[in-house]
Amino acid sequence: MYLHEFQAKGLLRSYGVPVPDGGVASTASDALRVAKSLKGEKWVIKAQVHAGGRGKAGGVKVVSAFSEVYDVATQMLGMKIVTKQTGDEGKIVRRILVEKATDIKKEIYLSFLVDRDSEQHMIIASSEGGVEIEEVAKNNPTAIVKEHISPVLGLGLFMGRKIAKKMGLDSALLNKFADVASRLYQCFVDHDAMMLEINPLVVTGDNDIVCLDAKMTVDENALFRHPKIEEMKDYGELEPQEVRASIFDLSYVSMEGNIGCMVNGAGLAMATMDIIKSFGGQPANFLDVGGGADVNKVREAFKIILTDPKVKVIFVNIFGGIVRCDLIAQGVLKAAEEVPGDRHIVVRLDGTHVKEGRQILDEGAHKNGLSIVTGDTMADAAEKAVQLAQDSKPVKKTKAG
Amino acid sequence: MSILVNNRTKVVVQGLSGSQGRFHAARMKEYGTNIVAGVVPGKGGTEIDDTPVFDTMMEAVRKTGANASIVYVPPAFAADAVMEAVDANLDLCVCITEGIPVKDMLKVKRMMKTGTSRTMLIGPNCPGVITPGECKMGIMPGEIHTPGTVGIISKSGTLTYEAVKQVSSFGFGQSTCIGIGGDPIIGLKYIDLLEMFEYDAQTEAVVLIGEIGGQAEVKAGEWIKQNFSKPVVSFIAGQTAPKGKRMGHAGAIISGGEDTALAKMEALTKCGVHVVHSPADIGKKVAEVLGK
Repeated sequence: MYLHEFQAKGLLRSYGVPVPDGGVASTASDALRVAKSLKGEKWVIKAQVHAGGRGKAGGVKVVSAFSEVYDVATQMLGMKIVTKQTGDEGKIVRRILVEKATDIKKEIYLSFLVDRDSEQHMIIASSEGGVEIEEVAKNNPTAIVKEHISPVLGLGLFMGRKIAKKMGLDSALLNKFADVASRLYQCFVDHDAMMLEINPLVVTGDNDIVCLDAKMTVDENALFRHPKIEEMKDYGELEPQEVRASIFDLSYVSMEGNIGCMVNGAGLAMATMDIIKSFGGQPANFLDVGGGADVNKVREAFKIILTDPKVKVIFVNIFGGIVRCDLIAQGVLKAAEEVPGDRHIVVRLDGTHVKEGRQILDEGAHKNGLSIVTGDTMADAAEKAVQLAQDSKPVKKTKAG
Repeated sequence: MSILVNNRTKVVVQGLSGSQGRFHAARMKEYGTNIVAGVVPGKGGTEIDDTPVFDTMMEAVRKTGANASIVYVPPAFAADAVMEAVDANLDLCVCITEGIPVKDMLKVKRMMKTGTSRTMLIGPNCPGVITPGECKMGIMPGEIHTPGTVGIISKSGTLTYEAVKQVSSFGFGQSTCIGIGGDPIIGLKYIDLLEMFEYDAQTEAVVLIGEIGGQAEVKAGEWIKQNFSKPVVSFIAGQTAPKGKRMGHAGAIISGGEDTALAKMEALTKCGVHVVHSPADIGKKVAEVLGK
């Protein structure tokens, strides 16, 4: 789960990590009120969207008059931010963070993450902050410092000093940096974060250390023990289908194509998208109905798939393990009644109770006059689905008998 | 022969009283798995479907001689259950539970690495392990498997079933099939299992199914090139997955440039692995490399 910058900074502040004074606003007049309460002569206005690369997309502005605060806030709220991470559709700015501007002497990069190889946490630091770390890794890999941290032992101050030294920070800054790094890690580990990125962490003109930005993601699986973090979830950042899917415990990601997929299991769901592509088609989505799929979940999955107007074919690919094919078949029949006539349904069932499932599907489709195409294997069904999607002529459902 | 589990494996079910635990324990028994006990804290001394229940793993092991456990405990307590199995020094612990916090798994792995226990872990968030005809420790449909010579290792559940079915339909059975799980932090990984398959006389070829995210497949490829003498067929799921979006599994998210399906497929091909582009070609490729 992604946190907004202002949410992450709120958490950091409660751990004694220095962050600029500021406040969040959803209207221009709010923004003005925040700026006035902050006093000072210069402020930074930052769009609060879940996407990196905001700065380049016009989502970060420095202003030096109250009138400018108001104007920039007016212009930024409601604007669409398009970056590498948002895709072409972009993200609408619904909130902005207004902060007192900081006097920057030096920019540092700092992040914490879960390292799969060592199976420990890792801190990554670089004296070349303020730019994308991927660029630094490519152009100047020696400028990046990495250290493992055991979640049992924590980040000792000595490690912080070592990292600071490796980055070439002034001796006078070692203890300050170590203190901030250790507090940041504590905040990271206490909240079951998967990633915490501070870019940049800055040294100010007064030789203080301040976190200018904060990107934080928290382990979805650990939200049960962080109710306050769960409350911070911003459903407005998700697509409506993703929100619906999450309510019904389905995993959904929308794509560009016209073949909607409903599959059990994440691996098979990805493989289904891949096989569609290998036959020259384009998947409209990733959708994993999970292990507990029943009639209702199948109906809901169909509804979510059909909210995408691009979808011409719904491809159901189920390999029953825990999931029973007979239950899926019943669900598909129920859901099919609500599918408009110009959309095709292709079903492939295999595994637990497959015979019963196929029989239910055949008989039910015949009885209710539904046109449901079936395939014996994944390849067979995928090929049919692609064929139907490419067939531009909409086919009307015909009443049988 | 086979790897990890066989007809001598004596299994304890952790979380036998839950609906999942009870349901799958019954399916495993039907398959012929030797289930000797259940562990449910607070319910020691009772029986569930004729299986004796103990309060602690220590007791279960002492009274039944169990050497393996399977975990169906809910996510909040599952890591603790795994640690109990590790503490009891079982040979193998299979953790089915989905949704365990990563931090909990980091602690489990820390304990396994720094302690003296010999326990090997499979999972979490996996379908388990099966040696067809001998022992099923997991939630996979037993009937699609047949005893044979192909080892299967996969991050996925249902995609593994797909591979098994295809391999079977080309007339090849399986030595042992392992779902290693789709989480970022797991127990046994590809290389650990490939090493076992290398020394397993019954196994003639291995199917390795991977997916986007992480570096595990690429590392496995490098290891195969140096150390593995048997043919490996591989499919990597997620060729069409967009960057930055999590595809169901917590581990399946493209974060850098190196963990895309295509990058992994290229790396594996360079290491001499037979990579198929379509998931429908897994069985065919196995038949081809085994030359039958």
